[in-house]
Amino acid sequence: MTWTQVIPAEWYLILGTALFGIGLIGVLIRRNVVIVLMSIELMLNAINLILVSSSAYHANLSAQVFVFFIMMVAAVEVSVGLAIFTVIYRRKESTDIDALNELKG
Amino acid sequence: MILGLFCFLSLLTIMSALSVILSRNPVYSVLSLILCFFSIAGHYILLSAPFLAVVHIIVYAGAIMVLFLFVIMLMMRTSDVGLTSWVKRIGSFFVVGVLGVTIVALMQRGTLVLPRYLASVEGSVSSLGRVLFGQYAIPFELSTILFLSAVVGVVMLGKKS
Repeated sequence: MTWTQVIPAEWYLILGTALFGIGLIGVLIRRNVVIVLMSIELMLNAINLILVSSSAYHANLSAQVFVFFIMMVAAVEVSVGLAIFTVIYRRKESTDIDALNELKG
Repeated sequence: MILGLFCFLSLLTIMSALSVILSRNPVYSVLSLILCFFSIAGHYILLSAPFLAVVHIIVYAGAIMVLFLFVIMLMMRTSDVGLTSWVKRIGSFFVVGVLGVTIVALMQRGTLVLPRYLASVEGSVSSLGRVLFGQYAIPFELSTILFLSAVVGVVMLGKKS
């Protein structure tokens, strides 16, 4: 008896949905820019977890390649996002996301 | 045994994720996010994808979280900005509730047909590399352009004007 007969595929889906929901709540309720970025990372990881589980249950390696690409894009997104955050912090002296309510820098 | 491992890892993942969004100190958030990423890597190993688990730890815990920690320790004052308004908070729980109900309803109706058994797929380096450099070679090369543009953009943004 292998482990996949023990763990149904739905459990991974539920776990991924819960993680995604926690990340979404974090994006919506926190005002700190860095924590909002971290919550976005959490949401990306929830999707990664669902993709890896579907790759394992469907015996298809393409999903793992997609996870690889998502990791790349997440790394790029974080580096650019934190660079933008440092520029904003230098100008506004604040980490509040509600301080960014104007288009004019 | 495996079931207990899955439950333990899931509990660790959910608890540390909750701690990310609920702790007042951003440094604690970063540390619990690192714990969350390690437990997700444990899930990857459980799902027979060891290469992705290693890459996940190297990229996330090794690079991204160090970047976060540096930015927080360099920039952040200890005074933390609070939460958003009540309307947004209640709205966010509503949105997440709708998401959860949708997933549960999809499972209940049997629209979502999920397989029961794991076919023998191994996420080893050689098999994953064969797919990555065979079928997905062009997107992989294109992602290097993304990285290059990100490097140029970050240097441009970081320069003191």
